[in-house]
Amino acid sequence: MELKEKLISSFVAFEEGLKGEHERLHDIRLEALKLFEEKGFPTKKEEAWKYTSLNSILKNDFSIIPKNETVVEYKEVKKYLLSDSDTYKLVFINGIFSSHLSSTTHDGLDVCLMSSALTKPKYKMIIDAHYNTCVDKNDSMTALNTAYATEGAFINIPKSKVVSKPIEIIYLSTTENQALLVQPRNLIIVGENAHVQILERHQSITECSVFTNSTTEIVAHKRAIVDFYKLQNDLDTGTLIDNTFIKQKQESRVSVHTFSFGGKLTRNNLNFYQEGERIDSTLKGITLIDGKQHVDHYTLVSHNQPNCESHQNYKGIYDDNSIGVFNGKIYVDKIAQKTDGFQQSNNVLLSDKAHIYAKPQLEIFADDVKCSHGCTIGQLNDEAMFYMRQRGIPKKEAKALLMYAFTDEVMQSVKIPELKTKVARVIAKKLGVSMGFEI
Amino acid sequence: MLKINNIHASVEDKEILKGINLEVKAGEVHAIMGPNGAGKSTLSSVITGNEAFEVTQGEIMLDGEDLSELSPEERAHKGVFLSFQYPVEIPGVSVTNFMKTAINESRKAQGLEEMPASEMLKKIKEKAELLDIDRKFLSRSLNEGFSGGEKKRNEIFQMAMLEPKLAILDETDSGLDIDALRIVANGVNKLKSKDNAVVLITHYQRLLEYIVPDFVHVLYDGKIVKTGGKELALELEEKGYDWIKNSVK
Repeated sequence: MELKEKLISSFVAFEEGLKGEHERLHDIRLEALKLFEEKGFPTKKEEAWKYTSLNSILKNDFSIIPKNETVVEYKEVKKYLLSDSDTYKLVFINGIFSSHLSSTTHDGLDVCLMSSALTKPKYKMIIDAHYNTCVDKNDSMTALNTAYATEGAFINIPKSKVVSKPIEIIYLSTTENQALLVQPRNLIIVGENAHVQILERHQSITECSVFTNSTTEIVAHKRAIVDFYKLQNDLDTGTLIDNTFIKQKQESRVSVHTFSFGGKLTRNNLNFYQEGERIDSTLKGITLIDGKQHVDHYTLVSHNQPNCESHQNYKGIYDDNSIGVFNGKIYVDKIAQKTDGFQQSNNVLLSDKAHIYAKPQLEIFADDVKCSHGCTIGQLNDEAMFYMRQRGIPKKEAKALLMYAFTDEVMQSVKIPELKTKVARVIAKKLGVSMGFEI
Repeated sequence: MLKINNIHASVEDKEILKGINLEVKAGEVHAIMGPNGAGKSTLSSVITGNEAFEVTQGEIMLDGEDLSELSPEERAHKGVFLSFQYPVEIPGVSVTNFMKTAINESRKAQGLEEMPASEMLKKIKEKAELLDIDRKFLSRSLNEGFSGGEKKRNEIFQMAMLEPKLAILDETDSGLDIDALRIVANGVNKLKSKDNAVVLITHYQRLLEYIVPDFVHVLYDGKIVKTGGKELALELEEKGYDWIKNSVK
């Protein structure tokens, strides 16, 4: 049976297994399933998926509903965590919460499970107000997630709370022989004037066919500050579709840094909706891939109100047969005067067989705006290489230094020091060097 | 120290150097002058191993060892330094980090430990003072947004840090005002010793008033057509390159 049919026919049994959810959820799930049934999995025929095909992945016979808890020791997963920093942690294994690896809280803020939020009466109001309100209801992968998602991170930061330590949301996979479809769902609500730093990661511990279809909703209230980091460095057996929707209120500042270093196929659908004045949205990314890896960034910034800014800066380095896609859409509503939208995508191809498809998409309906976009595709600069080698720096190190330099603009704005070091190390490791200094 | 025998080199099948012979001994300063397009910069590229140029004939010996098969970094590790005519901008890498990497890579190649941080800092401070370079300048990205003069001064700073055996200065005087020229020349003179050698590549004799050469060679159409003492530079300045062109014909 094809995956789509399997998902549709299993739904009734799946829902029967759910207990005590807020009543509105049944309608939300059903509506989402209908949309998925109508649209199915995206194909290359759709403009938005022109360069990314899921065909080879969908052939697997996936287990679609999480089974029992798998026990994994801390020492096996330590390297995937910010181990030197004190953090709140939500760790999931094969889609199921792992309490002994996690560190949750209800003390002054909620860092807990989506399954509690979807069932406990005390969260009913907040779920009614926010759950499934940021998403694009016409997107079939998000709809599939909405239909089936039961678990994930629920983070609720009250007004004026400055969260003193980062929050880590870690999804780990480990299975034997069984391909796995995991559909995590995160809801993050950041109150007025509150400030939080969050790191999200999807990681296979062992080689196994994992297809993650994740959806994250973030609501940033007035003057809230959210720094969100996505670290994608999965094994070549993992596929990730990340649907992230961010609703920003007046004067809020939200930044998302996406580090795509691995995985078989990664698609990042990152959507910002500005719903107030003087909002600042930042989207940055470093993609560094090789082999047959494929990373597709599909961004949308929707400027719906006047006097807002957005900054996009994506750096990509592609080696071997890897493929990169960057599609950046900036929409400016007719009332969104004085918008300042900036978009930049710089790419380096290290091999003749690597590909990058880059496309800016500007839809501007206001007449007093500043929008700019730039895209560069280059090879390694021979003159710079010779300059460094003349100073005694060997070819490999010189290349790495140039690549470090290339990613520097994005690295500069990473605000969690341990993460910055970790990312710099991953870059060095991918480039096969150890540098005498950290960037 | 450096012995070049009958070097022929071409770029994209166009022959630029047509049989150059040159011998530079330790403690000497040589100036190579010549009109635009004579092959001056090609000569420096060939000595330092730039892969954009193909050596079709001849040999380049450094202390009795043939450099021809060595990569640019291996030549650098043996003490060959080039001050670039157009230093390349490398955003995101500070001058200090670049120098640390360069010095430690050279040490690694020679089987030495990395230079201790305190020693490195002391050296950076000392050499920056020699070239009148502000400390703040050293934390800026390499050559990014530097003025022409700052770039050249930074090249000589790197030379001071790396202490090469053979330093080739390619048009180091271009883009320098008179004060900067004095500082740079003074730096080069202080770094000069009986154990190292300097090759100055220049179009004008202005630099040679400050760094006095032992020999002046005139390069024209891929060959050294005249060699003399420092007075040859003055003669060239006075009579112009047409004098050479006509005498060669």
